[in-house]
Amino acid sequence: MSNDALHGHPEVVTTHDAHHDEHHVHHHKETFITKYVFSQDHKMIAKQFLITGMVWAVLGGLMSVLFRLQLGYPDQAFPWLEDILGRWAKGGKISAENYYALVTMHGTVLVFFVLTGGLSGTFANFLIPLQIGARDMASPMMNMLSYWFFFGGSIVMVSSLFVQTGPFSGGWTAYPPLSALGDASPGSKVGMDLWITAMALFVVSSLLGGLNYVSTVLNMRTKGMSMTRMPLTMWALFFTAVLGILSFPVLLSGFILLLFDRHGGTSFYLSDIYIATTQQALPNEGGSAILFQHLFWFLGHPEVYIILLPAMGLSSEIISVNARKPIFGYMAMVGSMFAITILAFLVWAHHMFVTGLNPFLGSVFVLLTLLIAVPSAIKVFNWLTTIWKANIRFTPGMLFALGFVSLFISGGLTGIFLGNSTLDIHLHDTYFVIAHFHIVMGVSAFFGMFAGVYHWFPKMYGRFLNNTLAYIHFWVTLAGAYMIFWPMHYEGLAGMPRRYFDYSNWESFKQFAELNKFISTVAIIVFAVQLLFLFNFFYSIFKGRKVTTMNPWGATTLEWTTPIRPGHGNWVGEIPEVHRWAYDYSKDGRDFIPQTEPIGPNESHH
Amino acid sequence: MTTTGILLLAILILGFLITFQIAKASEYVSVLKGEKKAFEQNNRINAFLMVVFLVLGLVGVWWCNSLLYPKTLLPHPAASEHGKNIDTMLWITLAITGFVFLVTQIILFWFAFKYQHSEKRTAFFYPHNNKLEIIWTTVPAITLCVLVGFGLFYWFRMTGDAPSDAMQVEITGKQFGWIYRYPGKDGVFGKKYFRNINEAKGNQLGMLWKDTTIAKKDRDGNVAGHAVLKADPAGFDDLVDNTAMYLVKGVAVKLIINSRDVIHDVGLSHFRLKMDAVPGTPTTLWFTPQYTTEEMRKITNNPKFDYEISCDQMCGNSHYAMKGMIKVVTPEEFILWKAKQKPAYANAFPSETPEAVAPAAAQPTADSTTAKKDSASLASHK
Repeated sequence: MSNDALHGHPEVVTTHDAHHDEHHVHHHKETFITKYVFSQDHKMIAKQFLITGMVWAVLGGLMSVLFRLQLGYPDQAFPWLEDILGRWAKGGKISAENYYALVTMHGTVLVFFVLTGGLSGTFANFLIPLQIGARDMASPMMNMLSYWFFFGGSIVMVSSLFVQTGPFSGGWTAYPPLSALGDASPGSKVGMDLWITAMALFVVSSLLGGLNYVSTVLNMRTKGMSMTRMPLTMWALFFTAVLGILSFPVLLSGFILLLFDRHGGTSFYLSDIYIATTQQALPNEGGSAILFQHLFWFLGHPEVYIILLPAMGLSSEIISVNARKPIFGYMAMVGSMFAITILAFLVWAHHMFVTGLNPFLGSVFVLLTLLIAVPSAIKVFNWLTTIWKANIRFTPGMLFALGFVSLFISGGLTGIFLGNSTLDIHLHDTYFVIAHFHIVMGVSAFFGMFAGVYHWFPKMYGRFLNNTLAYIHFWVTLAGAYMIFWPMHYEGLAGMPRRYFDYSNWESFKQFAELNKFISTVAIIVFAVQLLFLFNFFYSIFKGRKVTTMNPWGATTLEWTTPIRPGHGNWVGEIPEVHRWAYDYSKDGRDFIPQTEPIGPNESHH
Repeated sequence: MTTTGILLLAILILGFLITFQIAKASEYVSVLKGEKKAFEQNNRINAFLMVVFLVLGLVGVWWCNSLLYPKTLLPHPAASEHGKNIDTMLWITLAITGFVFLVTQIILFWFAFKYQHSEKRTAFFYPHNNKLEIIWTTVPAITLCVLVGFGLFYWFRMTGDAPSDAMQVEITGKQFGWIYRYPGKDGVFGKKYFRNINEAKGNQLGMLWKDTTIAKKDRDGNVAGHAVLKADPAGFDDLVDNTAMYLVKGVAVKLIINSRDVIHDVGLSHFRLKMDAVPGTPTTLWFTPQYTTEEMRKITNNPKFDYEISCDQMCGNSHYAMKGMIKVVTPEEFILWKAKQKPAYANAFPSETPEAVAPAAAQPTADSTTAKKDSASLASHK
């Protein structure tokens, strides 16, 4: 470790925190390596996921800033781009090849490494043992491996940015034949092998994590914590893990077949191909390029909910705590999440209405897709009812949770357009789609994640984040997100295709040059504000206002019954017993009743 | 780094530092003021901002619409019958979702403001109400059924069989351009086979003009077998063109969509349609153009207007430049245009007069789909 080399005494680094752990139940000597690197403590693993996710988010966000520069200012040269990108931006202009590499990496990184690994990895690890009352995950060892596979995948993915032929550049969905043929696109050469390897490692990480989350939730709940007494965060993370376990293997199988096609001479996805650059007809016959899309979207659609469900769970919890009201319709919330989980597996082909899919099959998927709007609507109305007659504290977490609801509504409603094949045949692969999914699963999931970070930061680090910076972060991001993505719907309604390097030669799409400039400018500002958040985060870890009470938000859930800086094992002494659900706020004239408090003799029933 | 770069970076860092100092100072102030007071003040500000955001947001939505709506396709009629249906469907969906959007967003931000923290009030303990849950399960379900109903009604109309008198055009995507093929006088496409593609000899689709035997090579270049292909006279009169697809106003057209290499997509935004071009799996799409290019130029008030075909599926580094063109013309203009075209065969073999172009010899139903299958089965004869 470079740190060891610098300090000479790894113990020096640890002593600062170590004295908090003195009254630890099964305390054993921890070194820097076991505490911070190969840690098996779920809380440390959560922080590892979070910080790795942040590094990824900055990289992925920066990529979007770079390609937005091209979209907003296609005629302008930025000499400093050549300084950082070298031959990818000769003369300060991003090349088409680089543009597509950036777009592809931006998508891959944010969907998988930030909003799946970063989001689930952080909050499932951090909250599951704390909120169900367990000392750690079912298998801390597997949990540790899950992080290190994620880290390994990250390293491989980053390394692909530096290979001669460039990283993969065929879009994050990696459709073959483009992704299978190096002669069709330089990014599909060694960059694609690295991409597949990184994704395979990522899938392993996701499965190790997911199996752990499910078994922990099912088996390790504390006494009295029945499934229906769990906070909604637990249900959300549980369903997320189930989705991941059942769908990621299918993705992996798709990738393996792709690997065979690339290197084994098989024809799973390839048929009737003539490559103009080499003037060669390929030997492959009989494969189906569409097969990959089925395998991909069988994960790809559940993936949307893998990203969204944790954000829903976190927001539900945070809204309830800060509204000082029970979440409205707890069972309906659980039921709707269950319905979403089931339906998530039955809608994948709505990404494929225009692939030549049998129209009748398409119609079945239209029906199932629009059905998902029903549980989504239930959730929205329940959130709205939760804040009705509430007594709202606008903590930064609460602001982001409310922002999540607003974005989820906006993005969800445009899903009703795209899920309907009649409209999809027009809007498919236009900017309407970009606007839709960035609002509904990009920004809104980020809002859920931010809400979670602000809300549980005191539990993670024993300190608060700076509120003023948080407010700036929230308002600029919310307004900015709408300013970036709302106008994109109009571009979509003009039929403007996504993934175009330059629109200036198109009579049909060039009228949006000014708008693209505006969007790019806002995107840069919003990105800068995220850096402000990161600064707040890292500064507050060391210098933030200290938490002085065990339960700063006045919440009912178990994590707030642990010491301010809980050690490995979470509770000193016995794990508390649970006597009630997690949402007794403002009941019987009391501000809140912790889950650990037995039901009183005169307590009212609900 | 250049000076402007350094300057920008310096400004950014300075901005950060100032913001940070203010934020830090406000934290100290709140400690001095007492946490409770600071909390109440912040709470009021944020609650107020909720309403501000709602109002400015709605104004912004209206403003954005007035600026951008004229730049979309919607102010002008769709160029196909299907497109008009799609626009109707779009308006129905927009009316319903727009209503829900307004109501829910207003409720969200208004409640947030109205029910902000107050010492005088306690929150209302209201954990569930089954009647409400049933209402907002069934109402959305019924509304969505309506949308599904309309949607599928139009969907089956569009994706149903093309009219039997529809004209047929084959469009093939390649990196990075489009190839258009017309069946010629006999109305039948000649067979083709991808291993027969030879751009240098003017056969960019691999049409079977001569009896040929093609050595099938595996990936190491070893000969793994032979494809014995018989010439298909139906293809002698096929027109192949790379400049534009000519269609006739009011005449239904069935596109047979192919790809030569990776997946492309025939994006016809003015007709509100698109369909993927998948190598090895032909797809189809039919529609009836309603306005000639000239008419559309008048309608859109844009003398440069053209029906552009955009590739809508990521297909490589020049994806953004893969532009095709449709010229919708009157029947008379179409006849004139067609009369001027020379079959691809004649272009490829200018010295030969094609042997009797025999429509009778060709199978009446043969289109490129069956042609592909036939050639594939031929190929397996080794």
